Amino acid sequence: MTTKLFTGAEMVVKALSAMKVKYIFGYPGGSVLDLYDAIFQQDEIEHILVRHEQAATHMADGYTRATGEVGVVLATSGPGATNCVTGIATAYMDSIPMVVLAGQVPTTLIGNDAFQETDIVGCTRPIIKHSFNCRDLAEIPNIIAKAFYIASTGRPGPVVVELPKDLLIPQNKAPFSIETNVKIRSYNPNIKGHPKQIRKAAKTINEAKKLVIYSGGGIVLADASELLTKLVETLKAPITNTLMGLGGISGVHKNFVGMLGMHGSLEANKTMANADVILALGVRFDDRVTNNVEKFCPNATIIHVDIDPTSISKTINAHIPVVGLVDVVMQQLLDELSTINYSPNKEALKEWWQQIHLWRDMRSVSYKQVEGEKIKPQRVVEAMYRITKGEAYVASDVGQHQMFAAQYYPFAKPRQWINSGGAGTMGFGLPAAMGTKLAFPDKHVICITGDGSIQMNIQELSTCKQYNLSVVIITLNNRSLGMVRQWQDMVYDGRHSSSYMESLPNFTKLAEAYGHIGIKIDTLDELDSKLEQAFNIKNKLVFVDVLVDEKEHVYPMHIRQGGIDDMWIAKGVKA
Amino acid sequence: MRHILAILLENEPGALSRIVGLFSQRAFNIESLTVAPTDDGSLSRITIATIGDDKVLEQIVKQVNKLVDVIKISELTDRKHVERELLLVKVAAMNDKSRTEVKRISDIFRGSIVDIGKQIYTIELTGSSDKLNAFIETLSNETEIIESARSGCVGIARGEKALRV
Repeated sequence: MTTKLFTGAEMVVKALSAMKVKYIFGYPGGSVLDLYDAIFQQDEIEHILVRHEQAATHMADGYTRATGEVGVVLATSGPGATNCVTGIATAYMDSIPMVVLAGQVPTTLIGNDAFQETDIVGCTRPIIKHSFNCRDLAEIPNIIAKAFYIASTGRPGPVVVELPKDLLIPQNKAPFSIETNVKIRSYNPNIKGHPKQIRKAAKTINEAKKLVIYSGGGIVLADASELLTKLVETLKAPITNTLMGLGGISGVHKNFVGMLGMHGSLEANKTMANADVILALGVRFDDRVTNNVEKFCPNATIIHVDIDPTSISKTINAHIPVVGLVDVVMQQLLDELSTINYSPNKEALKEWWQQIHLWRDMRSVSYKQVEGEKIKPQRVVEAMYRITKGEAYVASDVGQHQMFAAQYYPFAKPRQWINSGGAGTMGFGLPAAMGTKLAFPDKHVICITGDGSIQMNIQELSTCKQYNLSVVIITLNNRSLGMVRQWQDMVYDGRHSSSYMESLPNFTKLAEAYGHIGIKIDTLDELDSKLEQAFNIKNKLVFVDVLVDEKEHVYPMHIRQGGIDDMWIAKGVKA
Repeated sequence: MRHILAILLENEPGALSRIVGLFSQRAFNIESLTVAPTDDGSLSRITIATIGDDKVLEQIVKQVNKLVDVIKISELTDRKHVERELLLVKVAAMNDKSRTEVKRISDIFRGSIVDIGKQIYTIELTGSSDKLNAFIETLSNETEIIESARSGCVGIARGEKALRV
C-alpha cells in the first residue's frame, strides 16, 4: 500500500482543520497562490477576504477577543506580510493568541532581494511570542500545531509561520503526519502558584485593613470572571479593573469602583492609593495605570499574580509574587483562605467602605449636557448603553471615544469590550468589530470610533458588504483628533498642530457608496430616536455619524508625573 | 555591576538572533557574547557578559528565560565559577630588544607565541578578562600592538552542579 502524499499547501489546510480553525482572514498574492488554491478546493475553513492585510490581523484579533479561539491570518510575502506588522504588534501588546501564516519567496531565492521578498521573521521578531521558518514541507503540520500551542498557552501571543513558495507548490509532496499533543522541551509555562507564596498571600489578605483587588486582561484571557466575582464576594473588597480588564467583573457590581489609571475614576485611583494591600490579578502595572512609579501606592503590600514572570517586579516591586495561571491561583487562594478561616477585620472593612463611598460621592466620572447645545460624546455612549441594554459587544478604536466608552458603558461580561489597550492602534475598531460580528451574527456589535480612527481602515466597509457584516458604526465626530487636541489644549497652550481634519468625507454618503446605510445625527433631540432606529435595522451595516462637541475633554485625567490619585476632574479642577 | 550569564538553548536557526534582538529591544547591555554548539549537537550554549544593577539583571534573566528556544539560564557571577577568555594579539617585534621583551612578558603571563614573522610576533593567551587586559596594557608599554582578537568570555560553575537538559 502506498502512503498518500500531500502538497505543502494541502498540509497547511489539513493542519488548520486539525486545529479546528473555522476562519482564515487574509489576502492572496504571488507566493501563497498554491495555498489559496488548496483553500478553494475544500469547505471546512472559510476564508475572509479583507481589503488590507492590517485589517486581517485586527479582524482575527477581534474574533479571538470575542471567542477565545486562536485567530488565523494569511498574507503573501513582502508587503502583504509587512502590512500585518501593526496588527501583530497590537495582538502582542494585549497578549492575544494569533497565528500568522506569511508567504515567502522560494527557498532558493531567499536572501536575493527577490520580488516581494522581506524577512518577515526578522521584521516581527520583537513583537511576536515565537516564529517559525519552514524549510521542509514534511515539517509543516507539526510547525502549525506548535504555533497554535505556543500562541494559546502560557501568556498568549502571536506566532508567525513563514511559508516559502517552493514548499507549497504541487510538484513537491510528502506524507502528512501531525502530533497534536505538543510537547516542547524548552517551553513549559507555569500553571500552579507556589504553595508557600499562596500561604503568604492569604495571610497578608487576612490581615489587611484596606484591601483592594486590581484585575486586568489576564482575567478575561483566562475566562476567570466567575472565579474573580466569587473571590471579590468572599473578600468583600473593592475591585478596580484596568482598561483591558473591563468586564472581568460586572461593571455594575456593587464592589466595582470603576476603571483605574490615567482616565480611571477618582474613587478607583483613591482606593488604590490608600490601600494597605493590593491584590493584583493578571495585570502588568502599565504606565497608563501607575502614573509616576516613584509615587505609586507607597503604603501598600503588593501581591502580584501573573502567568508571566517578566511582568512581575518590572515596573513596580511585588512584595509577594505569585507566578501561575490566574484562575488556578485564585482557586488556590480561595482554598487557602478557607483553610485559615478567613476573617477580615469587620470594623476596618466598614471604615474602608465608608471612605470609598465618600470618594464615590464626588462623582468624578460625569459631564454636563445642556439642552440645545452640541451633543456631548458621553451622552452618545450612555444612549448606546441604554438602547442595547448593556449587552452589546463594543469594539473600540483609539482616542477620546475609547475612554468615553470605557467610562460610560459598564460591561456586564468579559469579552464584551474589545479594544487595543497596550498598543493603542487607531484603525483597530472596525475590523475588530467585524471579527466579532462574524463570531456572533445575532448580537449587537458596535464599532465605537472617531473621525480620525475610522479612516485608518475605512476600506473594510467593502469587506462588510461582501460578508454582510452588519456592524453598527458609531462615529463620535468632533472634526479633530480629539485626544491629540486635548493634550494640545492641556500641555501645549492650545496650539492645535495637525489635529484638525479639515477635509472630512461625508461619512453617510461614503457608507451608502459602499452599499450600507448612513445616518447623521447633529442635534441632541434626535440622538435617541435615530440611534434606536440604527439599532433596529437588521442585516445591514449602519454607519452613524454623530457630530459631537469638539471642545469636550476626557476627565478624570492623571496629572502628569503625579501619584496614581493626582487627577484633573474637570478643566482646571484638581481633585 | 558585571554579570556573566550562561544560556542553554535549542540549536535552531534564528535562536541567536532572538537573544541578540531581545538585548537591543530592551536596551540591555552586551559586553561580550560567545556561542557554539555543545557536546549535545541539538543544543547551543551562549555566554553573555553584561552590565546592570540587580533590577536590570532580574529582567534580563526573566526575559531570556521567556524566549521559547531557551532551556535554561544561569548567572555564573553569583556563585563559584571558572571563566576564561582567549586572546590572539599581533605585536611589532622589529629588533632583538623588543623580541626579547615580548617573549619575556608573554612567558610571565603564560602566553605562547604562535606565529613569528620578520617583524611581528603573534601571541596566544588564555585567562580571565582582567588578566587579558593587564597583558595588553603591559605589552603596549613595550611595543606596538598591531592587531588583537578576543573571544569574549566563557564560563562554567565549579562543583557538581551542571547546566544540562
